[in-house]
Amino acid sequence: MTAKKKLVVIGNGMAPGRVLETLYADDSAAWETVIFNAEPRVNYNRIMLSPVLSGEKSYDDIIIHDETWYQTHNITLHKGQKITAIDRAAQTVTSESGLVESYDRLLIATGSSPFILPVPGKDLPGVVTYRDLDDVNAMLEAAKTQKHAVVIGGGLLGLEAAAGLKAQGMTVTVLHLMPTLMERQLDASAGYLLEREMRRRDIDVITKANTHALLGEDKVEAVKLDDGREIPADLVVMAVGIRPNAALAKEAGLAVQRGLIVNDQMETSDPKIFAVGECVEHRGLCYGLVAPLYEMATTIASQLKGDKSASYTGSVTSTKLKVTGVDLFSAGDFAEEEGREEIVLRDAAQSIYKRLVLKDNKIIGVVLYGDTGDGPWFFQLLKDQTDISDLRETLIFGQNFAGSAPLDPMAAVAALPDEAEICGCNGISKGMVVQAITEKGLTRLDDVRAHTKASSSCGSCTGQVEKLLAATLGQSYNPNAVKPLCGCTDLDHETVRQEIFAQKLTSIPAVMQALEWKSSCGCAKCRPALNYYLLSSWPGIYEDDYQSRFINERVHANIQKDGTFSVVPRMWGGITNANELRAIADVVDKYNIPTVKVTGGQRIDLLGVKKEDLLPVWADLNAAGMVSGHAYSKGLRTVKTCVGTDWCRFGTQDSTGLGIKLEKLLWGSWTPHKLKLAVTGCPRNCAEATCKDIGVVCIDGGYDIHIGGAAGMQVRETDLLCHVKSEAEVLEYAAAITQLYRRQGHYLERIYKWSQRVGLDVIKATLVDDAKSRQALAADFEYSQKFDRHDPWAERVQGKHRHQFTPLRDDTVLEAAE
Amino acid sequence: MTLLEQNWHDIGAETDIPLRGARCVKIEGRTLAIFRTMDGSLFAIDDACPHKKGPLRDGIVHGHAVTCPLHNWVINLETGEAQGEDHGKTATYQTRLQQGRLQIYLPKPTGQEMRAAG
Repeated sequence: MTAKKKLVVIGNGMAPGRVLETLYADDSAAWETVIFNAEPRVNYNRIMLSPVLSGEKSYDDIIIHDETWYQTHNITLHKGQKITAIDRAAQTVTSESGLVESYDRLLIATGSSPFILPVPGKDLPGVVTYRDLDDVNAMLEAAKTQKHAVVIGGGLLGLEAAAGLKAQGMTVTVLHLMPTLMERQLDASAGYLLEREMRRRDIDVITKANTHALLGEDKVEAVKLDDGREIPADLVVMAVGIRPNAALAKEAGLAVQRGLIVNDQMETSDPKIFAVGECVEHRGLCYGLVAPLYEMATTIASQLKGDKSASYTGSVTSTKLKVTGVDLFSAGDFAEEEGREEIVLRDAAQSIYKRLVLKDNKIIGVVLYGDTGDGPWFFQLLKDQTDISDLRETLIFGQNFAGSAPLDPMAAVAALPDEAEICGCNGISKGMVVQAITEKGLTRLDDVRAHTKASSSCGSCTGQVEKLLAATLGQSYNPNAVKPLCGCTDLDHETVRQEIFAQKLTSIPAVMQALEWKSSCGCAKCRPALNYYLLSSWPGIYEDDYQSRFINERVHANIQKDGTFSVVPRMWGGITNANELRAIADVVDKYNIPTVKVTGGQRIDLLGVKKEDLLPVWADLNAAGMVSGHAYSKGLRTVKTCVGTDWCRFGTQDSTGLGIKLEKLLWGSWTPHKLKLAVTGCPRNCAEATCKDIGVVCIDGGYDIHIGGAAGMQVRETDLLCHVKSEAEVLEYAAAITQLYRRQGHYLERIYKWSQRVGLDVIKATLVDDAKSRQALAADFEYSQKFDRHDPWAERVQGKHRHQFTPLRDDTVLEAAE
Repeated sequence: MTLLEQNWHDIGAETDIPLRGARCVKIEGRTLAIFRTMDGSLFAIDDACPHKKGPLRDGIVHGHAVTCPLHNWVINLETGEAQGEDHGKTATYQTRLQQGRLQIYLPKPTGQEMRAAG
């Protein structure tokens, strides 16, 4: 056996990651690989930084190759090691820390650097770029304490950064040099719609804004424009473009112009050195999108495998914006020129704009805003240079219309030709996806991602891939198939709960043993879930495992950022009195509680209580007749009410009284996630019942019962479940709804998600159409409440779990006494 | 380095710490978290997550690790290091059991040790 030749890679981004993945795909790699990564981490999906910034994904979600992957393939990864020199004669590279490595072949993948505007103040603290995870972390950190963000640059990255920072609660201003946003990808009309959408999201956009200077002493405080305007800024994100990182290559004497020059074989001017990614210049073009980089990577992998004929001849690219709720697609050339024609469709009411640019009966440019469903189809026609003469009359209406196929998205996918591109990032066609599904017997989205890469990069074609799964597998495709509960098991929530019931498992160790948990005692994700499933399955039998509960539920208060706690006593239906308020005022004085706040759930929050003070605070509150408000629990929080017929001239029922009855019925119960109710006395809805988990709207002669509202990360109006005539019925329904949710809801799934998953019709059939089943559920709920409807504060004041509240040893007390 | 007997401090009974749980100890100006894991092992570390100083004593204990209650960093109790992609380290202290009593070692650097460290 001959010794393996050595491949050294400089950079560990998505492009070299793809080279190695392709190279090692069939285990026969004849290369020993050493990677030097200037970033201190593994290969992650840089395209998905925007969802990380907006909070929709975490770093873990976007890792492409974890540590195990490198180990499996025997690849050496030097993290946080920047290469500072290449010696082409000796065929070695040298790192910042002095590490020297020799190579047979070198792959340069140094990527690109963000362009920094050469203005005064550009080096002030608080000025960041948007390039890697460190930048995202810096922005997330800033968003926690700072208020005003200014993003310089209204291109793809700038707008994604703006939307992310807005989602993190900052006020955001986008400064853009050109008259319309994303002018390289969009025409003026689509740019205008995008600007309007940004404003609708409360993101301020200033176009034709030329940055003059960044102002501030110790940190950035404002951005000054050429016209003299100053915009306050605690954080400035520069997203004005990127430039290829080719300095290292240039120093090594390789041919460099704008980027590091490569030929169609992806070789630099030194044939022992390949280059890939954003640092590269190929046929005069530099690319910043992932699809062309992946095409380059495939060519290099083939070359390394010995296929000298492999070549890369350039890419036609398309763009999508990854801002949730903004649908935008563009490809090709859409400037107005002699000899070009255009077809435009506008629907002002729905903010839809579609424009196709044609030349010689072929599509050369596509801009879609608002409805991008036909993007891949148009893009395919563009790339194939298809003559569209026959389609022309209805072309703009899209594929469904063109083939006079039924207006069914499934049929549209089914009608696509095999070579139609599904995943632009990875260059995966419909035929490749279907072939993988049928030949490898794939049944889940994740499998398709693992085997074909389709929808694994930016994810915007996920819907298409799911439709292909459905179309290929027919009835047997279940889009909700097995999402493991956590890394400790391959089973999903549903299966775990069913097995707990079926096998009569009554303790966490029993579940872990019977269901073959992969870790010795679970993790912080599965343990609270298992504890809940056991608790709700076996009332009175299962012994609550407090060590598997989050701290808030262990000490019955909400942990705050400084390790202190907040205390919220229950105020039934939002009603209080002088005695209670006096007791609250007294504990605030007695225990030096720094903040007293009125909550959205109509009660009072005492913030900044030291853990050691929790028991005496509760004892005092108990003495005034108050109990835990469970503001910390996955259980009943509040029942918000209006004053109803007691006082209101519009009130139709005693909404306050009903609210109090509901709260007394439900309090203390554990549910999959928090449970918030409201009862409002008339359809004016002052108690905001229609965005609650369960909402009751009083009307003349009865009550409308609603479920499935939300007013958090998602805002959702409730669905009407039914109409009833009496308070007693409302109470029975509330108990039955809660019990059904307790039994079917997955841990950390709110009522609206549960309802969407199982279907409102199914819930109606169980609760409304079937009185016996409703009554049985209400009875089961009442049974479990026997064990849970009590005040956890009083129990702890009497001594339960004392160890949770006191230090094991506290010398500071002794010292104080001395 | 030899461990000096006078630097061992008696903290309490082993069973005062719940299994898969932790207790807080305030001693010599430090705040420590003492853990007792499922397999009965004992660990003492600074009661402050390297991320945002979250009180690790309040985390969920699993294996030889604790998940910080503030932002879910997972800290290895053996090394004090953050696991996964998070980076940071919390100081750890040696523990031992003497007839059911838990003791921890708090180094008071001797002149020799200080020179070695300096």
